[in-house]
Amino acid sequence: MVNIGGAGMIEVGTQLPERIFTVNRALLKAYADASGDQNPIHQNEEFAISVGLPNVIAHGMLTMALVGKFVTDWAGGAEKVTHYGARFVKPVIVPSGVDVDLTVSAVVSAIDQESVTVDLTATSAGVKVLGMAKATVLR
Amino acid sequence: MLNPDSVGRTFEGADSITVTQSEIDAFAAVIGETDTTIAPPTFSIRISLEQSQSILSDPTIGLDWTRVVHGDQKFEIFTPLKAGDTFTCSSTIESYRVAAGNEIVTVRSDLKSGSSVALSSWSTLVVRA
Repeated sequence: MVNIGGAGMIEVGTQLPERIFTVNRALLKAYADASGDQNPIHQNEEFAISVGLPNVIAHGMLTMALVGKFVTDWAGGAEKVTHYGARFVKPVIVPSGVDVDLTVSAVVSAIDQESVTVDLTATSAGVKVLGMAKATVLR
Repeated sequence: MLNPDSVGRTFEGADSITVTQSEIDAFAAVIGETDTTIAPPTFSIRISLEQSQSILSDPTIGLDWTRVVHGDQKFEIFTPLKAGDTFTCSSTIESYRVAAGNEIVTVRSDLKSGSSVALSSWSTLVVRA
């Protein structure tokens, strides 16, 4: 058992509390401006559908940024993160005028002398959107 | 199609990039982060993806950026980024393959301050058939 970031005692297998982020078109626009990724599939419904998508989709990196916020809040700050990776398996679909969920949870998968690794799960509308998502943070 | 000669090549970014507080603030605001003394862990994508786009869409490399989707992303952070840090960014095309007509390219980006690497990231990009 180790204590991390004021988050309490953990061991391999400890589940972190689930958290739900809200994603909507306004957030996609804000992320486009903040990241510089102005790809129209994240803002323009007509364009998104024309390239075969079901609707506007969130930036994969917005999903990763929000899941990263879950990690840094738990770990006690952004400076704790040493490794973070994920595969984008399904898009977060964001229709106009509605809030969709990004539901994040995690389980501690490894602990060593210096760091703790968590396996992350992220779903939207019940669909898993990230695969192989892991973060390693300093103890 | 990607020029096969480009696989394994490293492209040094010509310009140095200085991280500003306002860029960190804007990125942090989107995810509801109020502590902006350190950049969020994925902040560097702002720098690396722009550079990858400019390299890969060069006509001599030949990637069609308009058809690119992000397949996966990984960060290894040695030194957390903060405002005022200045970096050069080098990008290496690490691997390339074609599967079911889709091109799959992995690019590693290193943010370097002098000779030390602050952060390495890997972006796998899929060019849809």
